[in-house]
Amino acid sequence: MSDNYRENVSIVSQEKLASDVFSMWIQTKDIAKNARAGQFISVYSKDGSRLLPRPISICEVEGDRLRIVYRTVGNGTKEFSGYGAGDTLDVMGPLGNGYTKLNKKAILMGGGIGIPPMLELARELKNGGYDVSDADIVLGYRDELFLNEELAQYGRVTIATEDGSAGTKGNVLDAIKAEGIKGDVIYACGPTPMLHAIKAYAKENGIECYLSLEEKMACGIGACLACVCKSKEIDDHSHVHNKRVCKEGPVFNAEDVEL
Amino acid sequence: MNTKVNLAGVELKNPVMTASGTFGSGMEYAQFVDLNKLGAVVTKGVANEPWPGNPTPRIAETYGGMINAVGLQNPGIDVFCKRDIPFLKQYDTKIIVNVCGRSKEDYVEVVERLADEPVDMLEINISCPNVKEGGIAFGQKAEAAYEITKAVKAVAKQPVIMKLSPNVTDITEMARAVEAGGADVVSLINTLTGMKIDINRRTFAVANKTGGLSGPAIRPVAVRMVYQVANAVKIPIIGMGGITCADDALEFIMAGATAVSVGTANFHNPKTTEEVAAGIEAYMNKYKVEDINELIGIVR
Repeated sequence: MSDNYRENVSIVSQEKLASDVFSMWIQTKDIAKNARAGQFISVYSKDGSRLLPRPISICEVEGDRLRIVYRTVGNGTKEFSGYGAGDTLDVMGPLGNGYTKLNKKAILMGGGIGIPPMLELARELKNGGYDVSDADIVLGYRDELFLNEELAQYGRVTIATEDGSAGTKGNVLDAIKAEGIKGDVIYACGPTPMLHAIKAYAKENGIECYLSLEEKMACGIGACLACVCKSKEIDDHSHVHNKRVCKEGPVFNAEDVEL
Repeated sequence: MNTKVNLAGVELKNPVMTASGTFGSGMEYAQFVDLNKLGAVVTKGVANEPWPGNPTPRIAETYGGMINAVGLQNPGIDVFCKRDIPFLKQYDTKIIVNVCGRSKEDYVEVVERLADEPVDMLEINISCPNVKEGGIAFGQKAEAAYEITKAVKAVAKQPVIMKLSPNVTDITEMARAVEAGGADVVSLINTLTGMKIDINRRTFAVANKTGGLSGPAIRPVAVRMVYQVANAVKIPIIGMGGITCADDALEFIMAGATAVSVGTANFHNPKTTEEVAAGIEAYMNKYKVEDINELIGIVR
């Protein structure tokens, strides 16, 4: 019916990218080869006291291998960060819709732990024959940088930091304004206040805009109705303007969602 | 070996079913679970019209469990009959439709609408802690539970299961009230009202402030209540609350449940229902139990 798989995968490698940001490559059977930018996987804890999977965005795909870059925010992600090469984990994926890729001058905008999906998106845009010769990649950080050097191979990277330690002091929109960055489509992922501001900016400037949303999830496959967002269009499931972030999302046209 | 159980004249191939609200109508889970291997699928609650549910966040994880306040978002009975029932009819399993409402009239309307649909049983949700009107209002007063049971029974064409709330002083009083009202089966327990504070955001973890606690954390409470109700009423019991494996399910059966529902565990392992059914068979093999019915209420 759909291409979701639950697998016990082995970890190929794990490394620390910043004080609370980790990068993990996993070897999958079917998940990686069916995955695309903007989708996510559910990662399950081995500790029976933590029942719910952690939804983590896909950072990169290479054959049967898949990479996640995640922040340790609680005990679940802390547990994951303690595993290394050869350890196994239960995961489900690829989940969600992913980004709709357009052949237009793109601005990729990632904020904090919303940056990782921009790597696979940039790669797919470049490798998929989209004209990204002048793509802009705008990254917002609190302070510590990660993935910025890897992203530089796919476009012009502009950085904003909250503390001003690198790039423009402020957020991604401050950087766009400071650098006079222009584009015809925005792909963004990051905290809700950032997405809110990007939505307003895109509307004001008449730019097509796709946002990847985050919400607390339980099942990850559209059954439990925990992770809904307010949508302009009637949703498929309940016909009440509540689209499921895990199923119809996590990527939405900015025009279709209320943040 | 016999794993069949009988609930008010409806024969289930085994005692394992899904708990309402954790499995949708099975569509999303069918890619992981062979629905043909389940005794029944209990659908997410359906009302007379679409309900939008509560604001987000709707859930929060807690130690060994979770709190939810989804608020019974559902598409209403019309879409449900057109889409969900035909989907489930493709499988060799029993269909139990969970019904929710804000008033007696709402419940009656949905039950009447289902009269000629090919569903095997109805489960009446009088125990949802997350909606302001209806739901729990009928599940915390014996008189109200009795009245709603009678009203539903007067129009129902299928056997009626009344789903009980644990958020009461004495659950046997509620079980006796619905039995007196004509209920064919009782199911218990729904979630326990709980609260979690997000200390980083310094506010409630779920937007509804309170929500229903489910998962293994509540299992001993649920087993105790099933045992009490088994000793208080004659009608069969569907036991649930934190079942994650066959061993858990067998506790409920031995405490007096004829069938069991798996809920929150589906989020952790989507194949839990199927594994519980297989695990019960393995237990029966190991201990040479000829008939699952021998185990029901064996603990006295």
